[in-house]
Amino acid sequence: MSMLELSGITKSFGAIHALQGVDLTIAEGEAVGLMGDNGAGKSTLMKIIAGNFHPTEGTIRIEGRDVRFDKPIDARNNGIEIVYQDLALCDNLSAAANVFLGREAKKRLGPFTYLDHKAMYSKAAKLFAELKSETRPRDLVRQMSGGQRQAVAIARTRLSDPKLVLMDEPTAAISVRQVAEVLALIKRLKATGHAVILVSHRMPDVFDVCDRVAVLRRGNKVADKHISDTSPEEVTGLITGAIEHA
Amino acid sequence: MSDISEKSHAVIDHTISEHREMTFLQSVLRSQPFWVFVAIVVMVVVMSFVNDKFLTGQNIYNTTRNFAAVGIMALGMSAVICTAGIDLSVGSLLGLAGIVLGLVMQAGYGIEIGFLACMVTAAVVGLINGVLIAYVRMAPFVVTLGMLAMARSIAMVISNNKMIYSFGPDEELFLWIGGEYMWGVSNHVWVLIVLTAAFWWVWKYSTWGRWVIAIGGNAQAAKLSGIPVERVLVSVYMLCSMCTGLAAFLLVGWFGSVTNAMGVTKELDVIAATVIGGANLMGGVVYAIGAPLGAALMELIRNSLLFAGIDALWQQFFVGLFLILAVLLEQIRNRGR
Repeated sequence: MSMLELSGITKSFGAIHALQGVDLTIAEGEAVGLMGDNGAGKSTLMKIIAGNFHPTEGTIRIEGRDVRFDKPIDARNNGIEIVYQDLALCDNLSAAANVFLGREAKKRLGPFTYLDHKAMYSKAAKLFAELKSETRPRDLVRQMSGGQRQAVAIARTRLSDPKLVLMDEPTAAISVRQVAEVLALIKRLKATGHAVILVSHRMPDVFDVCDRVAVLRRGNKVADKHISDTSPEEVTGLITGAIEHA
Repeated sequence: MSDISEKSHAVIDHTISEHREMTFLQSVLRSQPFWVFVAIVVMVVVMSFVNDKFLTGQNIYNTTRNFAAVGIMALGMSAVICTAGIDLSVGSLLGLAGIVLGLVMQAGYGIEIGFLACMVTAAVVGLINGVLIAYVRMAPFVVTLGMLAMARSIAMVISNNKMIYSFGPDEELFLWIGGEYMWGVSNHVWVLIVLTAAFWWVWKYSTWGRWVIAIGGNAQAAKLSGIPVERVLVSVYMLCSMCTGLAAFLLVGWFGSVTNAMGVTKELDVIAATVIGGANLMGGVVYAIGAPLGAALMELIRNSLLFAGIDALWQQFFVGLFLILAVLLEQIRNRGR
């Protein structure tokens, strides 16, 4: 049984068909690279999985159960965590505060509950250590490098031990050294049994960390192959349309 | 690959996870309220030499009472400004809440009913502001500018443009709360102290406070994290209005009368106090102690000019000057961050 199973996903915005009957499955501990040109339907598919909007047609199944997401929080409650392209971090808060944003650790004293800063700092420190990241829980996100910010966004997804982590262009805007850091983070997610969907334009990254690559073109899935059965040249051809189908 | 990444990373231990970018002292030195406090101390020391009546008990009592109401309103305004919003309607609301309070008590109701009416009026005004801003997504400046006009007008209509100076059966208690003191400190100042402590706790330890700061930092991120952004925003505007309602209750009791002109242009004092106290109009920054300190500095400037024998017509000039200097100071400190 696959962890996530999308079948016949179609999304239309008026006359525009962003997605036409896309199927995609992903198993536990598997990383799938989702590739395609701008406008191929990657973001639309991501947003459907993330609960930003409903598909016009098609079903989403998680571990064999039909699910329906009305808002992003529903996806999160079903074990799907998203690392957004802009990371969705609050620059004015500490790394730990960002990791716990929206699900703060609290202590109770009589009728009052209050933020348990100590627990949040130590738990965040543990998450960063697991990711082998040198991010410090008390630092403000404003002062961090691109790689550290990625670590914060990824650490946040691990708070709830999700089944699937969706990453939107995590390596698009950071330096070469930081790309290596982020790819190492993704490998760590896989090693701990998390499924990963990686949306990326960068061919080397996808071939480095993913087990499979799925290619979208004009709202259709034109390929879904094991990494060892394909090559960057073939994938490029599929993205541009030079190769019709594979 | 994993072997390589193990080696290339430093050993992560307590020196990293417990590290603070700034020590406590450094973070205090970097905060705006600290420098406002320094400015206050310097002015007090200088003025005590300029005029020996300056540091008398009577002047300290008067000065602290004079700024307390603005400080209370600025505490609420800090929350609004932290969300990158603004509330221009607080001056008019001060008049409206005061008139409602006066009318209810004049009609023979007790002080509890009067207080309740005053606070409910404030809450309703805050609710309208908040709903229009959070759910209808109108600009805070426009919504509260409209409310500035409407609230003042309602105050004029319901007061029939008359002054209210009798407050029914509980008049004595009412005037005591607003006009008297306990242990040598004005009741206004006690309320300010308690509220400042409460806000300090809220900003440091409450989930709500954390969420407000997060919304000010990145509302989209807050939304994606599952924070009920709209509801929190409405509560922020209601809180700001209710701080104003409380100030109205104290001020009317102090003056012993109320007209519908109470609080005209007060919003400018409140916003100035909030900004001097370290709030950033771009949002995401809030200090509980900033509001009272900002209000104190402004009152101190007025008071000092008076004691230094400078024409009162200069007062607004210096308040404005300090406002600009305070923001300039903040920008200089934040450069290179």
